[in-house]
Amino acid sequence: MNVERPNPDELLARVEREKAKAKRGKLKIFFGAVAGVGKTFAMLLAARERRAENLDVVVGIVETHGRKETLALLDGLEVLPTRKIDYKGTILQEFDIDSALKRRPAVILVDELAHTNAPGSRHPKRWQDVQELLDAGIDVYTALNVQHLESLNDDIGQISGIRVWETVPDTVFEDADEVELVDLPPDELLTRLKEGKIYLPQQAQEAINHFFRKGNLIALRELALRQTAFRVDAQMQDYREDNAIREIWQVSERLLVCIGPNSVLGERLVRAGKRLSTSLRAEWIVVYVETPQLQRLSAENRDGVLRILRLAEQLGAETVTLSSPEMSEAIIRFSRERNINKILLGKPMRRGLKRLLLGSVVDTLISQAHNISIYLLGSPKSVERSKLDQFSPLPGLRQRTAARKKGYYQGYGWAGFIMLACAFIAHLMSGRLELVNLVMVFLLGVVFVATRFGRGPSIFASVLGVGIFDFVYVQPYYSFSVADSQYLITLVAMLVIGIVISNLMANVRSQAKVAFHRERRAAALYAMTKDLANSQTEEEIVLTAVRHLHSEFSSRNVILFPDSNGRVVYPKHKGIPESLHGTDLSVAQWVFDHNEMAGQGTNTLPGAAAIYFPIHNEDKVLGVLALLPVNLRRIFLPEQQKLLETFLWQIGQAVARVCLAEQAKITHLQIESERLHNTLLSAISHDLRTPLATIIGSASTMAEDEGNLQPQDKQELNRAIVEEAERMSNLVNNILDMARLDAGMVTLNKQWLPLDEIIGTVLTRLKKLLLGRPLKVKLPPGMPMVYADAVMIEQVLINLVENAVRYTPPGSELEITAQTLEKTVEISVADRGPGILKGLEDRLFEKFYQTRHEAAQSGVGLGLAICRAIVESHGGHIHAQDRPGGGAVFTFELPADQPQPIMETEEC
Amino acid sequence: MTKTDPVIIVIEDDFSIRRFLRTSLNSQGFSVYEAETGKQGIIEVNTRKPDLLILDLGLPDMDGVEVVKAIRGWTDLPIIILSARSSEQQKIEALDAGADDYLTKPFSFGELLARIRVALRHSLRTPEQRQSEVFISANLKVDLHNRIVTVDGQEIHLTPIQYRLLSVLVKHAGMVLTHQQILKEVWGPSYQENAHYLRIYMSQLRQKLEADPTQPKFLLTESGIGYRLKE
Repeated sequence: MNVERPNPDELLARVEREKAKAKRGKLKIFFGAVAGVGKTFAMLLAARERRAENLDVVVGIVETHGRKETLALLDGLEVLPTRKIDYKGTILQEFDIDSALKRRPAVILVDELAHTNAPGSRHPKRWQDVQELLDAGIDVYTALNVQHLESLNDDIGQISGIRVWETVPDTVFEDADEVELVDLPPDELLTRLKEGKIYLPQQAQEAINHFFRKGNLIALRELALRQTAFRVDAQMQDYREDNAIREIWQVSERLLVCIGPNSVLGERLVRAGKRLSTSLRAEWIVVYVETPQLQRLSAENRDGVLRILRLAEQLGAETVTLSSPEMSEAIIRFSRERNINKILLGKPMRRGLKRLLLGSVVDTLISQAHNISIYLLGSPKSVERSKLDQFSPLPGLRQRTAARKKGYYQGYGWAGFIMLACAFIAHLMSGRLELVNLVMVFLLGVVFVATRFGRGPSIFASVLGVGIFDFVYVQPYYSFSVADSQYLITLVAMLVIGIVISNLMANVRSQAKVAFHRERRAAALYAMTKDLANSQTEEEIVLTAVRHLHSEFSSRNVILFPDSNGRVVYPKHKGIPESLHGTDLSVAQWVFDHNEMAGQGTNTLPGAAAIYFPIHNEDKVLGVLALLPVNLRRIFLPEQQKLLETFLWQIGQAVARVCLAEQAKITHLQIESERLHNTLLSAISHDLRTPLATIIGSASTMAEDEGNLQPQDKQELNRAIVEEAERMSNLVNNILDMARLDAGMVTLNKQWLPLDEIIGTVLTRLKKLLLGRPLKVKLPPGMPMVYADAVMIEQVLINLVENAVRYTPPGSELEITAQTLEKTVEISVADRGPGILKGLEDRLFEKFYQTRHEAAQSGVGLGLAICRAIVESHGGHIHAQDRPGGGAVFTFELPADQPQPIMETEEC
Repeated sequence: MTKTDPVIIVIEDDFSIRRFLRTSLNSQGFSVYEAETGKQGIIEVNTRKPDLLILDLGLPDMDGVEVVKAIRGWTDLPIIILSARSSEQQKIEALDAGADDYLTKPFSFGELLARIRVALRHSLRTPEQRQSEVFISANLKVDLHNRIVTVDGQEIHLTPIQYRLLSVLVKHAGMVLTHQQILKEVWGPSYQENAHYLRIYMSQLRQKLEADPTQPKFLLTESGIGYRLKE
């Protein structure tokens, strides 16, 4: 069998894709060449059919343009109310995505996919609304004209002479589940137009003269047909892949599109790349190599690059920014890493001699990159402004940096001044020095300018220096003409050296700057990572992150987390000055639910003041960062964005770590309580059953007695019942006490108590138990009173004495001692029993701990735990230790730092 | 059952305890009538004119303390309260409302019988008798009429407050007195909050009267409630 089988990874990916698709709603596009071919009509017809099949069909928004036939079709369909937006005085009717999501129909009709939403809507574009509907699992019917497809936008603009600004990314079209071509021959369309079926008559004539020229219509129809045919072809291929039997599994193509600083060319390259990658069915990557020279570009130019990269992302490309001193080298290295086999780039800009001398990226690539096909795109003739410049997805980026400009001109001023100073120094030395050495003075000046003010001023200084030198020192004096031709060499050399120095210094400066920035970013990241690692709680992480984000991006920030219901809520803790207040929770919720960024400068809810980023780890979204930028450029420049992403990742990791720790703690507690539960059950079952057995046995013996029992037998049985019942009663009391203490149901009734009374009460109550036990009470006179709950403290003493009696041999001595320490009163119960096993001193006070399991004289093991709970609730502590000379001492301390109450004394 | 048998009414909702009380008390020569609820109990008290009432604090229809207050409205009949553990506050309320003594469940019949006897004996004495009583228990003798206190025949000198405290206890010998009741009688109503006064004087009394103050024989503490002078 030499049949090639589908790659398992590929198959898995397809299964995943299909699963994801199954959950998603289905998108059906009614696709036409131009307005008026009957897309809306066809869509409504289809909707009525679905309705007839009893599907829940709802009209989200439909533009009837007042056409009667279309209006008639709306009859009987549920139409969602539109959202009315007051925009500069006119009321705009917009599709209401929220009510659609709330209504959740099976199928929804949303006309004109390319529509641009009124400002203030959630998404700038209607196709984004549609995406959200699909994500929510709602099927969408929509309509689209071919001219609105992003990648065809250029071509159609050239054919028709009219550019449309409302475009839809090709990916939306490609990912549609169904595309229905609504076709009408141009002649018929023109007839309909003349009949006023498309536009009102007065508009109609205008339309025929402009857009609806027959030539245009034919071209557009061809494009629409071709686009549809191409889709069918792709479907065919998909089908063949799905049913792969002997298909050749070609190595997947990877196309690399290299863009430069020229945004017009860049835009064309990206669009061409999109078309090429679609037709090659290739994965495509758009790369921008930032060389030190390019980093010196003006902010506006860099914004242009940024826009192109965003466009590429919208068109479905992966975008990468590389930073390297040599463009071609970086491209080749990247191509090798990513197995690129096709590169698309612009025609070389350098021509003729310049290209020959300085080389070009294209030439280097061609000579060095083997096994890679290289496509070149012609440069545009006229330097028209990029369309993106007029419609910027990043409006905030167009802020100019005036301060920088000012510094720039100052540099030239300084250059001029320094050259004049050089001229002055040269003048002072002119009598004593050779002319050649005077040249050095000027060159020194150029070096100085180059180190301080950059390339422009230093080139200016070179030219100025040569001028002054020529004018003042070269014969004929005070003229720019040169009498002796040997000085020409001097002057040219001086100029060339000056310029070379300028360039070298400029490069050094910019590299130093790049290094500085890189270093600073690394340092910032390191500092935050270190601080995050030290943060133990969610709150600490948030404050650390907010502080570091502020110092890096000068933004005010806040991190929001969801509550237990998955609703994002405001933080409970108080903020710091860097915290952002008054964020929009609905935007944050959207970000949290969709794991995508939103807010200012993004495609979702760009009207929001802040930018919202999801914070996530490998498997889920943990929270949302809201960041109020001072300047969008500081966030969206590629290197800054990368830094921010790293920050977010680090924060996500830290949050996840804390969550895990929290989880582990809870799990530990659960295990602990489970263990307690089990011990309690076994303890209760043993300790309650034993006395019960005696009671039931003895009582039933007497109940069933037929006169055989002797009186003394009966008495014996009765005594057994009483004793066992008392034992049980004690156990139940202990369990109940512990439960009440654990549940925090006990409120201390603190009063001033003399110790002798407490001890007296306890000994009275335990009189029976203490029979036959020598007991010493050491209570020094003048002991202060303690401020405590009498019943509770008595309980502690009772438990300690009971324990001592239980675990020591009968007849052995007990001792109760009290003494005053500096700020506490200490009471201990000592015995002469076996003492305490090493290492058990603390475990004794744990719940249900018993030294001997299943021992006959055992309690439930709660006595000491109750003691500890009571003593600790009084602010004291309890401990056990071996007693010198044998036995054990249990000691508890109660605080005695409160002043004793005042008493009126009485004369005896 | 003869005419002279003392009559006891038991207000208790638990059948087992009622059965146990009835059987045991009958065997000791008491006539027992039972009531399951507070309301029914008050009616029984009204109609039977009993010599003593045993009242459970946890009743289904009304608070036991309310029952005590209702009955104290017209009669001085001795009331012994039964209550579950760990409800000191409720016991104190009932005692302050006029109940004479209490027992914590579970209790032995012997304890109950002793309380009943003390209570019945007290109810038979007139106030004059109480004022001029001579209390003798083991080696302790308190002559209220002559204001003489002796231990083993030796006269003990007491301060006025100590003596007042002792005399209050003697008048209610064998019965429990709450802190509040003693404070009110010895120091007056304005000393209600100064329970530590009482404790300190109690401690002084023990020093003077008890052989071993840490193992008292007469002046017993009722934990969290008050004091009792053992008969």
